[in-house]
Amino acid sequence: MKMETDVLLQPAARWRADFPVLRETVHGVPLVYLDNAATTHKPEAVLAAEADFYRRTNSNVHRGVHTLSQRATDQHEAARETVRRFINAASTREIIFVRGTTEAINLVAQSFARPRLTEADNIIVSAMEHHSNIVPWQMVCGQTGAELRVAPVNEAGELDLDMLGRLIGPKTRLVALTHLSNALGSVTPARRIVELAHAHGVPVLLDGAQAIAHLGVDVQALGCDFYAFSGHKIYGPTGIGVLYGKEALLDAMPPYQCGGDMISSVTFGETRYNELPFKFEAGTPNIAGAIGLGRALEYVESIGVNAIAAHERDLLAYATGLAAGIDGLRIVGTAREKASILSFTLAGVHPHDIGTILDHAGVAIRAGHHCAMPIMQRFGLAGTARASFALYNTRSEVDALMAGIAKVVEMFRP
Amino acid sequence: MSELRDLYQEVIFDHYRKPRNHHALACANHFAHGHNRLCGDQLTVYLQVDGDVIRDVSFEGSGCAISTASASLMTEILKGRRLQDAENLFNEFHHLLTHADAHAAADLGKLEVLAGVREFPARVKCATLAWHTLQAALKDRAAQVTTE
Repeated sequence: MKMETDVLLQPAARWRADFPVLRETVHGVPLVYLDNAATTHKPEAVLAAEADFYRRTNSNVHRGVHTLSQRATDQHEAARETVRRFINAASTREIIFVRGTTEAINLVAQSFARPRLTEADNIIVSAMEHHSNIVPWQMVCGQTGAELRVAPVNEAGELDLDMLGRLIGPKTRLVALTHLSNALGSVTPARRIVELAHAHGVPVLLDGAQAIAHLGVDVQALGCDFYAFSGHKIYGPTGIGVLYGKEALLDAMPPYQCGGDMISSVTFGETRYNELPFKFEAGTPNIAGAIGLGRALEYVESIGVNAIAAHERDLLAYATGLAAGIDGLRIVGTAREKASILSFTLAGVHPHDIGTILDHAGVAIRAGHHCAMPIMQRFGLAGTARASFALYNTRSEVDALMAGIAKVVEMFRP
Repeated sequence: MSELRDLYQEVIFDHYRKPRNHHALACANHFAHGHNRLCGDQLTVYLQVDGDVIRDVSFEGSGCAISTASASLMTEILKGRRLQDAENLFNEFHHLLTHADAHAAADLGKLEVLAGVREFPARVKCATLAWHTLQAALKDRAAQVTTE
């Protein structure tokens, strides 16, 4: 057992060295960063790739005839190819660079769903969605009169597939579900969801904001029609993300925003739109961000998604075992299939007080509703404390978390 | 560590565990709902105002130790005070929480125990939620206020 632990720990210790910010101290103690579901830190390679772009290239893409512009275009499009390979999309025409998951979902809501929806139609989400996979659908339903249906979640935080199946009807135009819940850590059975929806001819969008860094994502194996994720949750920069969409669907969709780069010709009489993926990328894109994201995905590939997942599985199991032994601690989200997230409450202690006291021990966690208020209400909670793991976390950091929780319990003991 | 002890003083724990005036007020003629968007906490402040004097004040809702204790302490200090006193108290209290070198004015009394919050900028909104809600109640802004 000891040997197995060491084998698992050694690589994480090696990977840690790639992340400069992990050498920071807070309140005079080493940083223990367990807020990875909010955002992950960036390895040196990503920081260098972004800085290099501005230092050595820095030109606009898809337009200049000069050398630097061509270099910028090559690097930007190479990053798109890296994304394609990473999620195993069939073509780079299916990889749209956006600001993040939120923009990706809004794009699908406005460009795909809105023209298809009438008062008779409906869209289905689950009870454990992030606000960014709720509000865009509420908005498009408000615009069209369509109905937003909510698939329930059981006490463990698992999606009720039977109920989802019953909610899907002839007027369902889209199923939009999380692949990995940011509030609970539940992994949804994405393939079965897609099969279920496709059996009714209904397309599926998966919100992969959390899943992308923790589960191997193969969009063709999943069979999903849209997949959305953010760069900054997988060791890449903020402000860059990806919408994957099946080419036939994207082709049929109107542009989401209009401007430069998304056109092939403009007269005052008529504008012809550019081909995929550029049709959805109006304006100068986040070039350095895309290059940084490509580098982040290469970094993850160099370690291996499976190695990362195995390491994080060990951390979560270790943390869950220790947490279960703490009097008054309740784990919120006990799905059989979970990844990377430990959401919990402590009897008699508000999550914000937990967060402040842990911060003083150097342990960064998230406290609150995690932008998923409906699932908090489902469990009768205003919020939880949430520790979330990444490839660079170690068992000794889990020990620091538990020591911090013990301190909270001691301080709040009547 | 001492910063943490300064924040979580015994008086705070006492008011968190046994909040004073923690109920609705049947005779209230002013009230408002407060909402801290950061954490989702909500509370309601009730007031019975007679002329320019606060005859009674109470609150409902639950939150973190800091927001609950602050609400409880607020209700204790405000009973029998003039409206202008309440306004002055809030200004002094807010100054105490947001200025590193501020000294507590004499009339802040027990509210001084919340001075430790100033070392925790993320928690200032917790300590002032009840006071912002009080102001809304006095202005009879029926709409919900937030700490934004």
